[in-house]
Amino acid sequence: MSGLVHVDSLTKSFGSVEALGPIDLALTENEFVSVVGASGCGKSTLLSIIAGLTEATTGDVTVDGTPIDGPGRDRGVVFQGFTLFPWLTAQGNVEFALENERMSKKERAAYAREQLALVGLSGFEDHFPAQLSGGMQQRVAIARSLSYRPRILLMDEPFGALDALTRRDMQSLLTRIWEQHKLTVLMITHDIEEAIFTSDRVIVMTPRPGRVRADLRVPLARPRAAEMTTSPEFRGMFAEILELVHEKVA
Amino acid sequence: MTLPSTGTDALAPATTTTAPRRPRRRRYRIGQSMTRRRYVATAVISFVVLLILWALVSAAGVTNPRFLPSPLQVAVTLGEQVANGQLLADLGASTYRILVGFLLATVLAVPIGAIVGISARVEAAVQPLVDFIRYMPVVAFVPLTILWIGVGEEQKWLIIFLGTFFQQVLMVADAVRSVPRSFIDVGETLGLSNGRILSRIVLRASAPRIWDALRITLGWAWTWIVLAELVAATTGLGYRIVLAQRFLQTDLIFAYLIVLGILGLVTDVLMRLIGRALFRYERIRR
Repeated sequence: MSGLVHVDSLTKSFGSVEALGPIDLALTENEFVSVVGASGCGKSTLLSIIAGLTEATTGDVTVDGTPIDGPGRDRGVVFQGFTLFPWLTAQGNVEFALENERMSKKERAAYAREQLALVGLSGFEDHFPAQLSGGMQQRVAIARSLSYRPRILLMDEPFGALDALTRRDMQSLLTRIWEQHKLTVLMITHDIEEAIFTSDRVIVMTPRPGRVRADLRVPLARPRAAEMTTSPEFRGMFAEILELVHEKVA
Repeated sequence: MTLPSTGTDALAPATTTTAPRRPRRRRYRIGQSMTRRRYVATAVISFVVLLILWALVSAAGVTNPRFLPSPLQVAVTLGEQVANGQLLADLGASTYRILVGFLLATVLAVPIGAIVGISARVEAAVQPLVDFIRYMPVVAFVPLTILWIGVGEEQKWLIIFLGTFFQQVLMVADAVRSVPRSFIDVGETLGLSNGRILSRIVLRASAPRIWDALRITLGWAWTWIVLAELVAATTGLGYRIVLAQRFLQTDLIFAYLIVLGILGLVTDVLMRLIGRALFRYERIRR
């Protein structure tokens, strides 16, 4: 077992409805993996189980060989909606995540500022979430999740609520951060282009119950650039995944 | 009619052949806003109109001045009450009773309401019961409270408490329940304990709505205190009103009613202003 995260014959049922699985999945250290699938295929449930926020019906999830027991600071989570606390500034929201860390107030403030700079928000430290655009809010959320250096970053359609142009920017930003910092990322998305552009691997799920239909390696070099989205490799993979997503289960 | 003409149109009454009816331009759109100045001016006019109507009716001599005193007479009586210190003493007595009863209710209702809001089990145990009790009119408790603890200060506190506590529990529970699930998820993924999630996230997120609940119930407290003092007291605004009734001093009753109205209004505005200062972030718009 070389992987960092292992998902072993995981299933999830809601009453008599089988929502998920069985699913087997392994994430290698510093790998960027996306999960795509039709809505209702249980991909968000999968992420929620790995985050420790939802309990699996059967099977288990291990991180570094240890089965997870609820949420933990080894796994940072970026949620779909805007989850910043409206009563705290951008700076305050990041500092909130650092309260358990052993550092002085001054160190914490300086460190939070650094994290905001990383997502391009220098100068916006004192803005409240309501004063920030959707994209900026999600950048703060990413900074908050990265600030305590989790080994794994779990993202549930992090850019789903953003407009197309902002989403492109955010994908580039995320890819850049990942390329610089190297951490293990699992991202749920319904945007196939986003999955290909950002990831090393794209996992396609089938709906009801959610199962892994395909596990595809992205044939694009790093660092990724916007021009790549028009390359034949990119378009070919896009067509392949699109077909897999829409294909009826035999 | 805007339908294309057909053979039957020839038989229709002449009016249908006139030009198609154009939709009338809306003068007013539902929910249309207004400038602050106009708003205040309109509100002031309402008060003035009421005052003028009152002055006219009492001046016309159609009513017995013993039952409907003129605004001027009420103003004079009010002035006397302020000058001889009676009003201030009554006001002090009533305000103190409200503060004690209201603070007692609040100190208990906020934590209890919070726990009702976060725990389905506690909710099942408490909420239906509280719902049941809150429908019992506070008025009906006045005789009972007198039998229980007499006519002292404690009885006034108890009436205020009964009139606010149960509503506060329900409103605080509602406020806590309205905190987005995702905020709690964030707390859990940050590794916070349930106690920290409750104090640092849930209560903080619901604080503006809890404050609103306190503001609304504090307004009611003015009603309950007068009620309690009407029945059994030797000081306070309600006591003065019942005394005035005995001596047929309707001008004094009017004066105190106006004071009560102003007090309610001032309390509400004050609470709103404090709320705005406390929760500045709520009013931020990009």
